[in-house]
Amino acid sequence: MSELNFEEIGLKVGLEIHQQLATNKKLFCNCKPVESDEFTNKFQRKLRAVKSELGEYDPAALFEKSKSKTIIYYSHPQSSCLVEEDEEPPHELDNDAKDLAFVISSSLKSNIFREIYPMRKTVIDGSNTTGFQRTMLISQGGFIEVDGEKIGVQSICLEEDAAKLLGDKGVIREFSLDRLGVPLVEIALEPVEGKPSKIKKIALSLGKLLRSTKKVTRGIGSIRQDVNVSIKNGGAVVEVKGVQQLDQLEKIIEFEAKRQYGLLKIANKLQDSNFEKISEKNVFVITNDWKNCKSKIIQKALKDNSVIKAIKIPNFSGMFGFSPFEGIRLGKEIAQIVKFFGIGGVFHSDELPNYGIEDDDIDIVKNLLKINENDAFLIIAAQENKIGFAINSIINRINHAVEGVPAETRLATSNGETIFLRPRPGSSRMYPETDIPPMLITNEEIELAKKNIPKPWDKSIEELKEKYNLNTQLAEQIFDSQYFEIFEEIIKKILINPIFVASILCSTITNLERNGLNSQLLSNEEITKSFKFLENGKITKESIEIIFENIMSGKSKTIEDALKDTEIEIVDEEKLEKIIENIVNENKELIQKQKERSIGPLMGIAMKKLRGKASGENINNLLLKYIKTNLEN
Amino acid sequence: MHEYTGYTGQSLQFLKSNEVAVGNSVKIIADLTFFGIIMPRYEHSDDKHIVLKLNSGYNVGLEIEKIKQVEKLTTVEKNIEENEKVEKNPNLPKILLLSTGGTIASKVDYRTGAVTPILTADELNSSVPELAEMANIDTQVLFSEYSENIIPDHWIEISNKLVEYSNSDYAGILIAHGTDTMHYTSSFLSFALAGFPIPIALVGSQRSSDRASSDAALNLIGATKFLVECKTKGIYVVMHNDESDETIACHLGTRVRKNHTSKRSAFKTVGENPAYLIFKEKILKNTTKDFFTSKEFNPKINLDSKVALVKYYPGYDPNLLEKIIEMGYRGIIFEGTGLGHVGKTMYDTVKKAQSKGIFLGMTSQCIDGRISMTVYESGRDLLDLGIIPLENMIPEVALVKAMWALGNLKETNDIKEIMLCNIASEIS
Repeated sequence: MSELNFEEIGLKVGLEIHQQLATNKKLFCNCKPVESDEFTNKFQRKLRAVKSELGEYDPAALFEKSKSKTIIYYSHPQSSCLVEEDEEPPHELDNDAKDLAFVISSSLKSNIFREIYPMRKTVIDGSNTTGFQRTMLISQGGFIEVDGEKIGVQSICLEEDAAKLLGDKGVIREFSLDRLGVPLVEIALEPVEGKPSKIKKIALSLGKLLRSTKKVTRGIGSIRQDVNVSIKNGGAVVEVKGVQQLDQLEKIIEFEAKRQYGLLKIANKLQDSNFEKISEKNVFVITNDWKNCKSKIIQKALKDNSVIKAIKIPNFSGMFGFSPFEGIRLGKEIAQIVKFFGIGGVFHSDELPNYGIEDDDIDIVKNLLKINENDAFLIIAAQENKIGFAINSIINRINHAVEGVPAETRLATSNGETIFLRPRPGSSRMYPETDIPPMLITNEEIELAKKNIPKPWDKSIEELKEKYNLNTQLAEQIFDSQYFEIFEEIIKKILINPIFVASILCSTITNLERNGLNSQLLSNEEITKSFKFLENGKITKESIEIIFENIMSGKSKTIEDALKDTEIEIVDEEKLEKIIENIVNENKELIQKQKERSIGPLMGIAMKKLRGKASGENINNLLLKYIKTNLEN
Repeated sequence: MHEYTGYTGQSLQFLKSNEVAVGNSVKIIADLTFFGIIMPRYEHSDDKHIVLKLNSGYNVGLEIEKIKQVEKLTTVEKNIEENEKVEKNPNLPKILLLSTGGTIASKVDYRTGAVTPILTADELNSSVPELAEMANIDTQVLFSEYSENIIPDHWIEISNKLVEYSNSDYAGILIAHGTDTMHYTSSFLSFALAGFPIPIALVGSQRSSDRASSDAALNLIGATKFLVECKTKGIYVVMHNDESDETIACHLGTRVRKNHTSKRSAFKTVGENPAYLIFKEKILKNTTKDFFTSKEFNPKINLDSKVALVKYYPGYDPNLLEKIIEMGYRGIIFEGTGLGHVGKTMYDTVKKAQSKGIFLGMTSQCIDGRISMTVYESGRDLLDLGIIPLENMIPEVALVKAMWALGNLKETNDIKEIMLCNIASEIS
């Protein structure tokens, strides 16, 4: 079966959306949420797993701890302060962010709690300097209507965004603090049954609702989707994180559904076999026995003083390699888990002999572990301090195979698959934020939020079309783009055709981006300035694209520099006429042949010379004039 | 945990009439249905809500007015797991860890919702497994106080406890202490226990041990490494050197101050580098002198807390000083301006204090640098009035030393003499 029937396998998907709020300030300090690419300070930390309020350790936290990484943070005073460095307690919660979260809750008819408790959600992968993310449950319940169906809202939280990962080099992880603490609203929807395309539609609708507030950040990275995926009888719910683009969403849900259904088939097969759960008793050290193994991987491990261990799994032969769907195998699952401990991989009996491991080596293991033809084994080589954690995870994973899908947090990959990230965190990851007292919410605040519920997205688009005379496509594009605010500002300040501004901001910049240029280099200030220059006749319409191209490719920082760099300057009327006259004189033959139609090719020649230096309209008129005189003579 | 911790009035009545209490798993029907555990309420909160820990782990306050039904659910009682006992290795040196409270031993307090010092020394020890690799650590809780609540009686209690161990086989003694007044305690121990034969390290933390980013673990590791390897005597304050979890600074207990409200590296040795810097693989020594002037251990654990620290400022009302004299204070440490001055308006009252035999010492609010009262005329005036310039002693250290001197000596001249005699590196 190549196509999965999603209804038959009982696919359920719960969507979780994280949307940055454009409050222009971080949630617990006054720092601006600006991206930095230069840093003036760096420091290093280690994080430790700590017990929860109820005295337990969180499984995900223990897992991260077992990897024992050193974390290096980079900061810049323009975007972070002592709060982000965890060198100062948080300041008061930003009221604008709170009010906006209430507005979003009200738009979704979600019930706002009257007493809100800031909590610490344990995250010790280094993405938060504190070792936790500050988060608060704002409301529960409510719904969003999509194609006439009400999709329930589980919860809405207000929280801090995490630090940005700069790099992961084995034992060292690097983050920058510019994004840490930016306010986020997390909306978790009830799981729904149906096809992956339906989920995409829901995500689109929710995104539109958020953008209707006009106070959320737009553009890449400002909205992130997680999905909680499960199938009927499959076992646990799997959380897939980091779906950056909506286009990816369907593909990832399809892959995850297939993976889970595959794991279910593996489980069914195991349930029919004589497989019994394994324990540490099944683990053997074979470092000395494999001294003469010719495999390069093993030889390298021996040189590094690694330990080599073999795990015997009775009645498991063929199970590592069994592949109910292409790319879905237990062997692959286990390889992904050990990778997260910084271990290259494992060898299992279904793939051997291979990788330089020969029959003799296999026989050694078989004899030592007393392996018969129904049994499987697995070889792992790693440093002593890492191998224990890795082997525990492998044993757990193998034992869980008989039950189906393990509860995990997985990461979406760019090719539309999901890979193991960490065990699923439990409720023990939550701890009260002792630095901030709980907040009582007044009736006035709730009423204000209700009053500020934004117009529906469709209505906003209609208004936009009417107000600026835009067509539907352009209105939708500009409303959903990161340039919406600046668009309205430009129209307010500068006398200019809104359609022209909208299409520059939507299509021109996007086109340049598609050519590999960086729109981050183009600041709102420079965009405004360029339209101002146009209004004052300092540049032509055609110059804007040339200027943006120059800035976005990093050649210049400001409009003024770009003008110099590209040698764009308006040519005065007299000079222009001279140039046009010359062009006409040089092409007399063509004009005689093509008569008035020669304007086409001549325009091409003229634009090449004059692009950005004179308006196209002006050039066209002058050309016509000179062609006519030429023909009359 | 009390059954109704923090609940009062209506909310307490509500819990009682529904026969549920803190810690119970419940199903609550209000506008929505909630499942969770009833949590304690903070003392400063109102009586109109109950706190529920939802199954997701989030805490929320529910208005009792809107609750239609509460149903107690039967659940398996959770046993809070015992701390794993740390195994001892007879080949390692022995270290004693005394806990007095502070952020280093703090976790959430259901009275106020802020953190409170309640972790035991044992928990502290088992949460930092690296310690057991360096030393066998015995632990003892002396008391659990935030350092702002520590009073001179606590200093005496700690000193008496330490004297009990002066002849022990401990290689060193760790004292977990709140940071706010840690340098007052370290100063008192330095004078009262001058010559103490075993090195003592006061360790605190600026981020509580219940958070993954706590500085407590590395401070304890650094202090333990120092005590085991330093082969010296003295009272030290051991804390982070900077914002990184990398280098630990070991400060002389009489030359250190908390100079920042919240940073990990809040503690600084005044005017000098820290006496020792502790790295993962080595200890860097910046000091050449012994900590104690005298090699003999001769404890003098008395004090008289009737000493005032007076910070002079423009417009200081001399009547305040009058009041101090009236209240029977026996010593006054001035935190003067610059090289050690107070304004002319103070002269009459200072004269009066002097005539009553009150010890008068001068330190500087510049914190760093030496008192020099002969440079300006006002300084000479003050010297004539009998104020003793206390070299470069830190004001808080001079205060503690004066309390200690007054507690152990009677004659004014003896007190003056000992105040200027360097006992535990307080003058450099």
